[in-house]
Amino acid sequence: MTSKIPLSMFPSGQACQICDVCAGKGLKRRLVEMGLTPESIIQPLGCNRGSLLISVNGSRYALGRGMANKIMVQPVYEEVPQFG
Amino acid sequence: MAEKIKVAVAGNPNVGKTTIFNALTGARQKIGNWPGVTVEKKEGTKKHKGHVLEIVDLPGTYSLSAYSADEVVARDYIIDEKPDVVVQVLDSTNLERNLYLTSQLLEMGTNLVLALNMSDRAEMRGDDIDIPRLESLLGVSAIKTVANEGGGIEALLDSIVSKTESNPPKPHEIGYGKTVEEKICALEDILGNDTELTKHYPARWMAVKLLEGDENVLSKLSSSNIEGKVQNYLSGFDNEEYEVEMADKRYEFIGALLPQVCTTCAEDVSPSDMVDKVVTNKYLGIPIFLSLMWGMFELTFALGTPFMGLIGKFFGWLGGAVAANIESAWLASLLGDGIIAGVCSVLLFVPNIFILFFAIALLENSGYMARAAFIMDKLMYKMGLQGKSFIPMLMGFGCSVPAIMATRTLEDEKDRLITMLVTPFMSCGARLPVYILLAGTFFGREAGSVIFGLYVLGILVAILSAKLFRTFIAKGQPSPFIMELPPYTRPSLVNSLLYMWNQGYLYLKKVGTVIIGGVMLVWVLAYFPQGVEYGSAESLIGSLGQLIEPLVAPLGFDWKIAVALIFGVVAKEIVVGSLGTLYGTGGGESLSPALLADPSFSPAIALGLMVFTLLYVPCFGAVAVIKKETGSWKWMFFQAAYSTAVAWVLALVTVLVANLVL
Ligand SMILES: Nc1nc2c(ncn2[C@@H]2O[C@H](COP(=O)(O)OP(=O)(O)O)[C@@H](O)[C@H]2O)c(=O)[nH]1
Ligand SMILES: [Mg+2]
Repeated sequence: MTSKIPLSMFPSGQACQICDVCAGKGLKRRLVEMGLTPESIIQPLGCNRGSLLISVNGSRYALGRGMANKIMVQPVYEEVPQFG
Repeated sequence: MAEKIKVAVAGNPNVGKTTIFNALTGARQKIGNWPGVTVEKKEGTKKHKGHVLEIVDLPGTYSLSAYSADEVVARDYIIDEKPDVVVQVLDSTNLERNLYLTSQLLEMGTNLVLALNMSDRAEMRGDDIDIPRLESLLGVSAIKTVANEGGGIEALLDSIVSKTESNPPKPHEIGYGKTVEEKICALEDILGNDTELTKHYPARWMAVKLLEGDENVLSKLSSSNIEGKVQNYLSGFDNEEYEVEMADKRYEFIGALLPQVCTTCAEDVSPSDMVDKVVTNKYLGIPIFLSLMWGMFELTFALGTPFMGLIGKFFGWLGGAVAANIESAWLASLLGDGIIAGVCSVLLFVPNIFILFFAIALLENSGYMARAAFIMDKLMYKMGLQGKSFIPMLMGFGCSVPAIMATRTLEDEKDRLITMLVTPFMSCGARLPVYILLAGTFFGREAGSVIFGLYVLGILVAILSAKLFRTFIAKGQPSPFIMELPPYTRPSLVNSLLYMWNQGYLYLKKVGTVIIGGVMLVWVLAYFPQGVEYGSAESLIGSLGQLIEPLVAPLGFDWKIAVALIFGVVAKEIVVGSLGTLYGTGGGESLSPALLADPSFSPAIALGLMVFTLLYVPCFGAVAVIKKETGSWKWMFFQAAYSTAVAWVLALVTVLVANLVL
């Protein structure tokens, strides 16, 4: 089981991976088109009163808190955990 | 025979489209509409090898499925105008995302030339892009460019011209997987019945766009007899299902392509990120922003003042020469009291305004503007807006007209409406002459602080009004904020100068037309009826002024101020221009003593007048653009009435308080 939590709740300073976007289809596609593709790694760069600065696929993005609530992420594992 | 070639420059935001456009067209640009953050298409021409290229700079867009008003402009131009060649500008350091738009353009069957821009950056970090291979895999021409240094521009021009001589390309096909492909096939079959339509647009492309719910393509069907069938078919399932899936497939296609053409060396932390660590820091961000703003205005005044002196001297001399050499009394009065006095009091401030536009261009070009939006996001959110709204508001310091147009980058209609309604409160360059004249005359050494206070007041009124509108008019939450931050660059001098010139030119044009017209009208009204003392209460303008004086009398304004304010609606500089004309002072600098000598003026009144000028109904230009951009008379009248009411109340408070304190 991996734990999916909103980006806004993710411990700051740690890299994570996008697993889902909880938003209408329009916004979901918009994010994909802007380069925030599923499974991309998010590198946090900074935080300013709840707004986030992140690096994804080589581009920098500013996100408001509301947007960070919609992006579900999981921790990045160095090696894929094996089950069973 | 010169052959005309229609060329569109398209691409993601901040990849260097405008820089390429400037490099391609040089100064041969039509500046009918406002430049700046490109929100409306900008046109220019270029002759190359016997061809005439008509080049259009389009707003930035991530894809052809438009989300915001400026993206709609770009998409509609590409689909409807069908340019002969589309030059897509790409950021070579981020090919994956940039190629997404490429894949859509290829699907459409556009005649595509890729400008792989920022190749200096890509090379610096050691990327290697195999251009011939990219060209053969995609069936396009690709040129490496370094737009800000003019690198690759000639080759790009050659490539555009030779593209028109080759055969049009076959639309590129991307496989979308079995379920989607079935739907595409079915739609293609239906569309095939309308041969007129498929002659203009590839059927497969239309089918794909229909599945994605593209409104522009849907509207193309409205005149066709197959519309019913298509609607019927589409209503049979939920096409939203497929939107994201299709986007993923395009990335899959790119993912398969990229490793064949380029080896990238990703960098961990770029120099740009290090700057951001400081500039967007929780504690340092706002102080840094405020010092930059302060520096910008300081620069505007410090550099502008010597020029002001020169211009003042010149007009003083001109006024003297006119008075000495022109026999006819009325003509001398028209030229001296009317045009020279009026125009001078406005032209005096042209250097300041040019410098202000230059400073705004530097902020925008360096990439800092986007950071300011990020820093302000939280505050803006509290006030019912989002970070992105801050950019148009900042541009409002230059001029409200392009600032209101820049709200097109906001995706959400309500966010956009509120931003448009409050942007005119940001003190624009045209109000500067009023402050400099009045604050300089009545507050001497404190003039700087008074002017700074007015800017702050404008910001506060804008922010509080936004909160008010969000609570009562456009209820709801601001839309979630996301914005790409371009890397910092050394601002290009050419770009910034062109921006300054384009904006400043429009300002000069305004002086030459609207303002000369305005002050001439004031002169006529002040000179007639024949025989009365010029600009006295018995003149026509005196009667007019006395008619409206009661409206502003509670504020302590006399009829001359009332007249200046009425004419100031045309353009706010006219407040100063008409005072210059009414007091009939030859050179701008001598308006100060005339005001000081007039008992109906006092520091308190001057302060009230500045507050009123800052806040009351924005100029005709701004009002007209609000009408155009909101598409409604209602919002235009609302904005005009609301701002005038706010101005009246706050000016009254200012005068009352100032009378107690001063
Ligand atoms: N290093 C580098 N910077 C560039 C290049 N082309 C443009 N720029 C800079 O990138 C910034 C954005 O350019 P602009 O033309 O406004 O982008 P647009 O939003 O696509 O119109 C400007 O500061 C340019 O000076 C390039 O080839 N290399
Ligand atoms: Mg541009």
